[in-house]
Amino acid sequence: MSADQATPREEPEDLVHQRAELVEEEARLQHEAPSEGASRAARALADVAAEPGVPKPDPILVVEDLTRSFGGVKAVQVDHVEVQRGTITAVIGPNGAGKSTFFNLVTGFDRPDSGRWRFDGADITGRPAYRIAGSGMVRTFQLTKALMRLTTLENVMLGATGQRGERLLTAPLRFLWRGQEDQVRQRADALLERFRLTHMRDEFAGTMSGGQRKLLEMARALMVRPSLVMLDEPMAGVNPALTQSLLGHIQGLRDEGTTVVLVEHDMDVIMAISDWIVVMAEGRVIAEGRPDDIRRNKAVIDAYLGTRRELKEDDGEH
Amino acid sequence: MDLLAILSNSVRGAFGPEAAIYALAAIGLNIHFGYTGLLNFGQVGFMLVGAYGTAVPVVAWGWPLWAGVLVGVLCAVLLALLLGFPTLRLRGDYLAIATIAAAEVLRYLYRSSWAEPLTGGVFGLKQFAGGFYAFNPYSGPLDLGWLTFSPRALWVMTVGWGAAFLAAGLVALLIHSPWGRVLRSVREDEQAARSLGKNVFAYKMQSLVLGGVMGALAGALIGINSQALNPDSFMPIITFYLWTIMILGGASRVLAPIVGSVVFWFLLTFLDSALRQAIGTGLVPASVLVASDIGAVRFAAVGLGLMLLMMFRPAGLMGDQKELRLDVR
Ligand SMILES: Nc1ncnc2c1ncn2[C@@H]1O[C@H](COP(=O)(O)OP(=O)(O)OP(=O)(O)O)[C@@H](O)[C@H]1O
Ligand SMILES: [Mg+2]
Repeated sequence: MSADQATPREEPEDLVHQRAELVEEEARLQHEAPSEGASRAARALADVAAEPGVPKPDPILVVEDLTRSFGGVKAVQVDHVEVQRGTITAVIGPNGAGKSTFFNLVTGFDRPDSGRWRFDGADITGRPAYRIAGSGMVRTFQLTKALMRLTTLENVMLGATGQRGERLLTAPLRFLWRGQEDQVRQRADALLERFRLTHMRDEFAGTMSGGQRKLLEMARALMVRPSLVMLDEPMAGVNPALTQSLLGHIQGLRDEGTTVVLVEHDMDVIMAISDWIVVMAEGRVIAEGRPDDIRRNKAVIDAYLGTRRELKEDDGEH
Repeated sequence: MDLLAILSNSVRGAFGPEAAIYALAAIGLNIHFGYTGLLNFGQVGFMLVGAYGTAVPVVAWGWPLWAGVLVGVLCAVLLALLLGFPTLRLRGDYLAIATIAAAEVLRYLYRSSWAEPLTGGVFGLKQFAGGFYAFNPYSGPLDLGWLTFSPRALWVMTVGWGAAFLAAGLVALLIHSPWGRVLRSVREDEQAARSLGKNVFAYKMQSLVLGGVMGALAGALIGINSQALNPDSFMPIITFYLWTIMILGGASRVLAPIVGSVVFWFLLTFLDSALRQAIGTGLVPASVLVASDIGAVRFAAVGLGLMLLMMFRPAGLMGDQKELRLDVR
């Protein structure tokens, strides 16, 4: 396997390899026994009822009465929602359902009209975004924010927390932080390797493709060592082979104990990796449950899954 | 036309005290804009408070000059905090407006009759830098035949260029540290920096203070160099010159403000003395241009130069042209 499959200049042979890998990965996901993390999550959620706003046994994030409107549009109106620690929780819903706005609110990037939320037991309502990130809840953006005129490596190294050299007074004194900087660089290199971005290491992030930027943003977020990572459409624009390995990474994170919340539109992906699914429509949580519960849920089929069928029928008429 | 005289003037301009002082102020501006992306259109305001902060305690209260310089620096810190607190949480344009307005308001404040007991109002302050020249180690002029510098100018140049290179050295150390990495990430995308747990407001404030202090030191040197201060020598055009110097050198390059200042002052003095000679020898008839118009032509030429620069070499002399093309996608 070559390490630079993400490059645009792929040999045809490489494509064949990728295809094979994809098929393998899919087969693995379907047939292999669930990972330790997956079964741990399944056990934890076993007795939880599949209904909106249901309490979880060990929630890492608890949101109450969260509302945000833009003019007349009520973008978010969440009465109560909890995220179970150590799970992959997917947030799905039609375009404009309020998923990104919900992310913005709980991570401090937008101010709600009302509401409170707790992270890891502490009330973090109204805390500034950088402190929420520093306390271990890190998010990525739907529209990626690559730091263009920093190199790929610098982008990732920036994510490390508690860097002594980030203080103005110690910054000029290299000997105080050189050792730590070396460790940070090693960790960053390992992450680049994991996301197959090593060949871009010393290039400006601005030279990356859209999909590569998605990968970069995820690597950067992981550099913070978050206990909860919120990914807004991490797979959008990433090629299929890499999507599979990204899914592997996300499951790996969960297996290591990190809680993952992700927004995603691809239902096959969602059904394959989620431990729990929260469905939003018009700002509200309309359903919650395990993948099997959601597949059968009438409200979800009407509000979200159904739209696909309607679209297809529409297409047929033309 | 005496070409040698024109050249000698230009070289004097390129390495003289003014070039050093502008380089120092532009290094401050480069921290603001080049590394943090802050739009400071009032760097001259920091120079003003630095200059008067230095002179007033000496003239009014008989303090030693070094204590005056310290007061000037503190004034700049205060100004940065006052400007930064209300604006640095908002979009970049607000700082731009606040700085441009503050610089002008300060100029009017310092020249007002209300402030006259301290600042000398429109008459300004004179002869406060004796403490500086008392330490002048140069006893004779530097004489290269075609170019001479007086011992006095040599002393200011030594301190001025020394300060500029020290400041550039400090910037180099800072920018290549994790602190500098955060600063550059703030320039690229504040939200991304925030999402990684960086206190963007604090970094912007540190940048504003640091660059402002360099402006204040440059202002102190302006006063020391001329031994006379007048609020009206701190016009908005100075900020405009500083931006030109920074862009000419190449924003976000450590040595760019120094290179930019040398080239800028060379060209400006060259134009000035070439025009003067041309008018003096009748090459340009008085019906076209008289000596008193030269100042205006100079402004126009700087503006034209800046435009050409932005069109044909936007990354400046030292900048990475590739880096500039990275922008939006
Ligand atoms: N800054 C804003 N100003 C005005 N309206 C906004 C703003 N941000 C979001 N909205 C509105 O809020 C609603 C929810 O938007 P949001 O981006 O949260 O949807 P989403 O679920 O993330 O959709 P998608 O799947 O397309 O990303 C939409 O109706 C949108 O028009
Ligand atoms: Mg969205």
